[in-house]
Amino acid sequence: MGRAGVYDAIVIGGGHNGLTTAAYLARAGRKVLVLERRHLVGGSTVTEEIFPGYKFSVLSYVVSLLRPEIIRELQLSRHGLEILPLESTFTPLPDGDHLARWADHDQTRREIYRHSPLDADAYDRFGQLMYRMALAVKPILSMVPPDPTSLSPKDLRGLLRLDRHLRDLGDTDFFMLYKLMTMSSADFLDEWFETDALKATMSASGIIGTFLGPRSPGTAYVQLHHYMGEIDGAFRAWGFARGGTGAVADSIASAARALGVTIRENATVVQVIVRGGRAVGVALEDGEEIKARTVVSGLDPRRTFLSLVDEADLPQDYVHAIRRYRSVGSSGKVNLALGELPDFTSLPGDGDHLRGAISISPSQDYLERAYDDAKYGEFSRRPYMDVIIPSLIDPGMAPPGKHVMSCFVQYAPYALNGGWNDERREAFGDTVIDTLSEYAPNLRGAIIHRQVVTPQDMEDEFGLTGGNIFHGELSLQQLFFLRPAPRWANYRTPVRGFYLCGSGTHPGGGICGGPGRLAALEILKGGVR
Amino acid sequence: MLPGTPFHERTAALCRASNWRPWAGYLAAGSYDLYHDREYWAIRNAAGLIDVSPLYKYLIRGPDAVRFLDRLVTRNVHKCRVGRVMYTPWCDGDGNVIDDGTLARLDESVFRLTSADPSLLWFHDNAAGMDVSCEDISGSTAALALQGPNARKILDAISEPGIADLGFFGVTDVELAGIPVSVSRTGYTGDLGYEIWVDAGEAIPLWDVLMDAGRSYGIVPTGLMALDMARIEAGLILVTVDYVPTHQALLESQKSTPLELGLDWTVDLGKEHFVGRDALARQAETGPEWQLRGLEIDWVSLEQAYGSAGLPPMVPSSAWRTSVPVYDGRGQVGYATSGCWSPLLKKYIALAHLEGTAGDLETGLEMEVTVEHQRLRASATVVETPFFDPPRKRG
Ligand SMILES: Cc1cc2nc3c(=O)[nH]c(=O)nc-3n(C[C@H](O)[C@H](O)[C@H](O)COP(=O)(O)OP(=O)(O)OC[C@H]3O[C@@H](n4cnc5c(N)ncnc54)[C@H](O)[C@@H]3O)c2cc1C
Repeated sequence: MGRAGVYDAIVIGGGHNGLTTAAYLARAGRKVLVLERRHLVGGSTVTEEIFPGYKFSVLSYVVSLLRPEIIRELQLSRHGLEILPLESTFTPLPDGDHLARWADHDQTRREIYRHSPLDADAYDRFGQLMYRMALAVKPILSMVPPDPTSLSPKDLRGLLRLDRHLRDLGDTDFFMLYKLMTMSSADFLDEWFETDALKATMSASGIIGTFLGPRSPGTAYVQLHHYMGEIDGAFRAWGFARGGTGAVADSIASAARALGVTIRENATVVQVIVRGGRAVGVALEDGEEIKARTVVSGLDPRRTFLSLVDEADLPQDYVHAIRRYRSVGSSGKVNLALGELPDFTSLPGDGDHLRGAISISPSQDYLERAYDDAKYGEFSRRPYMDVIIPSLIDPGMAPPGKHVMSCFVQYAPYALNGGWNDERREAFGDTVIDTLSEYAPNLRGAIIHRQVVTPQDMEDEFGLTGGNIFHGELSLQQLFFLRPAPRWANYRTPVRGFYLCGSGTHPGGGICGGPGRLAALEILKGGVR
Repeated sequence: MLPGTPFHERTAALCRASNWRPWAGYLAAGSYDLYHDREYWAIRNAAGLIDVSPLYKYLIRGPDAVRFLDRLVTRNVHKCRVGRVMYTPWCDGDGNVIDDGTLARLDESVFRLTSADPSLLWFHDNAAGMDVSCEDISGSTAALALQGPNARKILDAISEPGIADLGFFGVTDVELAGIPVSVSRTGYTGDLGYEIWVDAGEAIPLWDVLMDAGRSYGIVPTGLMALDMARIEAGLILVTVDYVPTHQALLESQKSTPLELGLDWTVDLGKEHFVGRDALARQAETGPEWQLRGLEIDWVSLEQAYGSAGLPPMVPSSAWRTSVPVYDGRGQVGYATSGCWSPLLKKYIALAHLEGTAGDLETGLEMEVTVEHQRLRASATVVETPFFDPPRKRG
């Protein structure tokens, strides 16, 4: 531990990854300070009572990728984390029919069979395949990416491990993994299924958070990324954190505080102070300077390097790599306080279908058309949506008998023609409500309050560069040993003593904690690269 | 909530135990009484009536039906005459078993194939380029198994024409008290028995007719628990219990070929081609490393194991289906996948996967038994299956 008043490490940004890094460093005896710009920690995972009595998971809304080792090692259950199951996916269709997938295998099979007997068989086989693929990729998630061009013993060991792992896959699975890495989710699913709504709903997980359509190559991998979440050892389980996703960050913050971490809210860092190529502290907006031997940034790579670090302190090729790092937003969020539940024409009543995900993804063309609008700078006239009603899973989210509804919406391009303003934000909100009302006509009348979050808002309020929800796209050219830049995927940066720990590092975005944990473990090893 | 089968109205009224199990997406009676003894003994002494409607059933027809099926399954379909049924597994390209079932030739180019797992996609993929259609008739066709020494008398009494002459693994169309049905002399009990295939709309009248006709012959509605014991006695394997179907396997080592499952007699390597043939031909040359065999657990040894805890020997009251380690003098040589006490044979029997020479007949091994929370071992001998094979089965 350092001298009194001097921190061993400062973590910039109290997102769940920054908090995770702080907790792991403190667990190893380091004295740690977390500086968060907003009035509360959590970043993209906050729960806020935007309208009295109604709690919104403002941005992210479901949990699956959270690394089980973090839950275990930081004892998050003791610190209040409870993950409740989200059991179904319901896709209402414009023709008055619907497609539903349930927790119960037989029930799901029966439902898919209703649409296509062949797809019912294929669905099981596909699930089996994705399970094996997730199993194949899983070890990579908890591994520091080795540099494939380096001959250092550490990198070679890492590459060897990776190589052995891929060899163990067997050729069929290896080829399949290769296809997944390179294909579009639409093409990949076309090889398996014939029911359009099923393919569309499944491929939707391949476009979440990307500026890509279901027919863009690379989306099949993003789809796999969403299959990799595990809860209690079961892959592809999605859950809802009791109290909203804010509970995830709160539990990590609680664990961090218990380990001795100091967390300061309302503390905006404006500069990383570098002396002789080495980070020595940070400067806050109000002029305060705080020293530390190690500085860690939980912000996205572009914000970190293009606004907090003096470019003169960085090699040019690194600056270029960060400039080229793709981080454009494509998603919006609409949160609703509701006086009553939506009543879907295609499956009336308040049945179990409202307790899981509600997906507005009737066909692949629908999704691709939604993308077309965005490609040319408009938000989708008829967007894709992933909707959940948290108050049905955790009644504490809304007053008794009332509800909150979370709508994740795509596409809402960051670079909207003419730019985002209040008027455009509300027009976007109207489009979302209009679209949903086509399936649940009572919705409009049920709305008590509406919060619309555009990619511009995500950048302005939450510091997400370009409004990208994952701190940079999860496309292959910026994953694993390329995240965020070639040769710098091991959480280190060209500035000594300065590290990255946010979603812009391996294994990437999502409520995951993987970047935060691996960064801490690397920092504890010390040294430069 | 899972739906019942087309017989549910009747079976639900009779199921005093409310012992329902999910089977292929339907509710099926585990037992009708709280204890399944009566149902088990009906199979061996009188006649058990078992609702087997949840089985997957496919109607395969078309000019290329024989060609398609011959490519699909390991047995030689050309040898299956009209009016005959074949038991057969089918494999993936590596020779690992996907599923097994019975294949009934109903007409020159019409077959009915049963399976434990949904198979439409696999059939469909393998029928590419052939003039054949595969229709899933699982929902539209209901099925009952009538199994036991009195089965023939019951059926013959109401069948037009009679079925007394229907040979083992024969199939024919008849009317039972005026209800058109297809009857095959097949079953999953290793006893004299029949399976009756009927349009789902005629299910209830058929049930009533059979129960009526069977009353004086001791017919008993029988659930899956009794059936499970009977099938183990008959040495008949159960998919997902005794072997992992290749489509569900997570590891290569979980898969099994027919040769490893004791089904070498179903593999016709004389056929020019079928899915998995080359791999099986290679394995046939070297011989399989694993074999599925019968185990007979030694009573005296069981008595000793329990005796060490001060208890009299106890035998399972119903069939079990968990993996139980099997050892030789040096270490683990395999695992038993299902077993039961046979009330008829008065023997504790099991089906086991055994590696190498451990699978040779008459080999002395040990099977784990848990006595008062302690894992002990009892001697066991590798024996021929079926454990029970009465002449009436074929006679
Ligand atoms: C709309 C939306 C929906 C999403 N949905 C899901 C979902 O359902 N499931 C899922 O798994 N993932 C989802 N994600 C992704 C996931 O939420 C993020 O990838 C993840 O939460 C990012 O965590 P982080 O700790 O890396 O960064 P962040 O949460 O972005 O944390 C960065 C922190 O730094 C702070 N900060 C910024 N600038 C400064 C500064 N100068 N000084 C001090 N502090 C600063 C910010 O306020 C913030 O608290 C979603 C994201 C968004 C935006």
